Amino acid sequence: MTSLSSRTLVVIGNGMVGHRLVEILRDSSWRIVVFGEESRPAYDRVALSSYVDSWDSADLELPALSGCELRLGEKAVSVDRDRKVVVGASGVEISYDALVLATGSVPFVPPVPGRDLPGCHVYRTIDDLDEIRATVEAASRPGRRSGMVLGGGLLGLEAANALRGMGVSPHVVELAPRLMPIQVDDGGAALLKRLVEKLDLTVHTGTSASSIERDGTRLIAKLASGLELDLDVVVFSAGIRPRTDLDLGLELGPRGGYLVDAACRTSDPHVFAIGECAAVEGVTYGLVAPGYSMAEVVADQISGGARAFPGADVSTKLKLLGVDVASFGDAHAATEGALEVVVNNAVAGTYSKLVVSDDARILLGGVLVGDASSYLSLRPLVGKEVPAALLQPGGAVDVEMPADAQVCSCLAVTKQTITDAIQSGVACDVAELKACTKAGTGCGSCVPMLKKLLTECGVEQSKALCEHFTYSRAELFEIIRATRVTTFSALVEKHGTGRGCDICKPAVASILASLGNGHILGEAQVSLQDTNDKFLANLQRNGTYSVVPRIPGGEITPEKLIVIGEVARDYGLYTKITGGQRIDLFGATVDQLPEIWRRLVDAGFESGHAYGKSLRTVKSCVGTTWCRYGVQDSVGLAIELELRYRGLRSPHKLKSAVSGCARECAEARGKDFGVIATENGWNLYVGGNGGFTPRHADLLVSDVDTEELIRIIDRFLMFYIRTADRLQRTSVWLEGLDGGLDHLREVVVDDKLGICAELETAMESHVSDYADEWRGVLEDPEKLARFTSFVNAPGVPDPSISFRAERGQRVPVSLGIPEVVR
Amino acid sequence: MIVCDFDVLRPEQGVAALLPDGSQVAVFLTAEGSLHALDNIDPFSGAAVLSRGIVGDRGGVPVVVSPVYKQAFELATGKCLEEPSVSVAVHQVRVRDGVVELT
Repeated sequence: MTSLSSRTLVVIGNGMVGHRLVEILRDSSWRIVVFGEESRPAYDRVALSSYVDSWDSADLELPALSGCELRLGEKAVSVDRDRKVVVGASGVEISYDALVLATGSVPFVPPVPGRDLPGCHVYRTIDDLDEIRATVEAASRPGRRSGMVLGGGLLGLEAANALRGMGVSPHVVELAPRLMPIQVDDGGAALLKRLVEKLDLTVHTGTSASSIERDGTRLIAKLASGLELDLDVVVFSAGIRPRTDLDLGLELGPRGGYLVDAACRTSDPHVFAIGECAAVEGVTYGLVAPGYSMAEVVADQISGGARAFPGADVSTKLKLLGVDVASFGDAHAATEGALEVVVNNAVAGTYSKLVVSDDARILLGGVLVGDASSYLSLRPLVGKEVPAALLQPGGAVDVEMPADAQVCSCLAVTKQTITDAIQSGVACDVAELKACTKAGTGCGSCVPMLKKLLTECGVEQSKALCEHFTYSRAELFEIIRATRVTTFSALVEKHGTGRGCDICKPAVASILASLGNGHILGEAQVSLQDTNDKFLANLQRNGTYSVVPRIPGGEITPEKLIVIGEVARDYGLYTKITGGQRIDLFGATVDQLPEIWRRLVDAGFESGHAYGKSLRTVKSCVGTTWCRYGVQDSVGLAIELELRYRGLRSPHKLKSAVSGCARECAEARGKDFGVIATENGWNLYVGGNGGFTPRHADLLVSDVDTEELIRIIDRFLMFYIRTADRLQRTSVWLEGLDGGLDHLREVVVDDKLGICAELETAMESHVSDYADEWRGVLEDPEKLARFTSFVNAPGVPDPSISFRAERGQRVPVSLGIPEVVR
Repeated sequence: MIVCDFDVLRPEQGVAALLPDGSQVAVFLTAEGSLHALDNIDPFSGAAVLSRGIVGDRGGVPVVVSPVYKQAFELATGKCLEEPSVSVAVHQVRVRDGVVELT
């Protein structure tokens, strides 16, 4: 008998569903071996079309698997069920106690003559997209290129979107009389067609390709309707078929797929199948959510449980080419006697259909196109009594959801389970809800609903900045901007209570500085500044400060380097290279700061704002000037950006970097705004950071020239400064932004809110008003007078500060901290 | 002992004074015009920095917040609000003939 700890689970297939299974079982006692045919780690195939935004497969990668043996690039070639052994392409043999088939599916290519010609592709993997790109780039036609997508379903429209992203005008050819025939009805599809045709798509429904021929460098497709299309590329996305080429001698379902029971078990009790390759009680599913659900079932089964596949909710809500489309329940009113309530607003571009039972009491399903915001409230009501208001024209869709309604259909989590977790205090935010209920960990489409439930349960964090202001930082920003108030006293008197504190004062000081208002140590502002800002240096543990002069882009002359060395030597400052390509000088007392600045400023240095919630550095690699691989002048751009945004006060510190090529030596994607050179210009990434919760920045725009790049960064930074919370880095701000990256792009690239000109003007005035803060102190005797340790003994150094030597430098003697009774 | 001319003080901005025995006192003027003096050493870090903290109020009680680890100390009593068992010494301070004095 096999002992518990040495049982082996072999998973064949490293797609999304196989990956999910391993994740679930990560901490179990099973030894897990995964065979993956593709050589790359598992990636998010649902988001495949977004690959064309960055052409970086890392963007799609799923979280790396730990605690399993991942055999990437090794196809499982055979299975000996008698010996319970899987044989890999390399000849390796792995014995299993349980085997899970997660081989996925293969694209269905209709038997069109010419389908194997060069330039014809399927749309399924990252490699497919790379090949499509190669075809498109090889097409030498001047002007816009043309492509055909065969299949007008969900996948076909995704493929069309990917082609658009490559600069190709797509023709979409669908055999059925409408787009997305499975999910959407005629009325919804008509609107969908109208909306996508505005986006440079040409839709041909009710026809198919009868042949594809090559004509020189061109492909000519003849449609059954008689139309001829002159094309550069053809993409087949006419559906998928379960992949069962690994023959285990197991029974298959009526429409293909390894036949399994409700426990996802084949006729061999040691063998399971999940995802698109499985026919659960004969039915195959082409969506990821049912696949995840099957993974849950198998994980439970092999752990000794008795969970069964709950049946799949094939509801879908997605944004295709920017158009909201949702379909749920009995979308086609197939139930006998079903009634339809249709609201088709051609002017607004929205279509909604609710399907109800013959007595108009029970909601059966629906279709939404153009605006699918009510999907999250409607879907859980399927099979339940329908609120009468919904059936009135313009009826409210914000309806109360019954407690037993499923919020997360991937993992079958009900509203009750979620509200229980919130009300018992176990979960106070979405992350905790995900951890304790598993809701939202499947396809993630219910996450907005989780947020809504948190709010409904009264968990929403107060926006109030502190006890002195009921406003959020963003609201205070608008108040200060609109009323042009310039002092904290005036603000707190009119819009707050009390005298302020260490939270609101620096926040208001930062807002005042973001809006201009002169030197941050001006009479009205100095008492608001946090200690670092108050002394334009960074307070260290022994009460001394560190000094960081600006070194734009990390480029420095030997002469300036020598000055820094001399200053450090003369004042006995501990010297360290920072992570931001500059030099930090530690151990200066308050009295020494102006003297040190004087020497630095005279040598051409200025404040590096290491102390401020403001731009720190713009790091760079050496770029085209020296590097054999560089494609743009990264140092030049980094210096330009650093000089443009220096001194810009913001809700939190801002870091940036510029890399001269895709090798990314400057680590730009770990920055609040990072720029990576391309052959054609620059890619701009936003919302990255290191720190406690590292996050890679997201691609905002690609291949823009320097002028456009700077314009978009101007807008991005000003939008962030206006709307973020106090001490909220761009990453957290972006993740909390309603509509996320898409919304950000709409605002700062497409100017949907019409505020871009204003944001740019605000940045222009920042740039023209910039002045070095150190110099501002040196030139003002009143400010200078504050830099003394003792008001009754100017010039006397603080006797509590002392140093010792370590590795040839001075470091603080640890202070005799009195025993603090706690 | 003389600290400084009263005119030198600014509301809600502390100053530090050195005593003959080498110890330090932080002197504060509130927005309402009252004077307070506390030990300058922050008991949580050991650094002589309380005079550099932000002055404000917690629930209407005037406080200074240590710039190191951000605990608030009541200006009138020296009591730490986060850790009531911790406090800093309070010194008597007054203004005479336009001069701030520790008594």
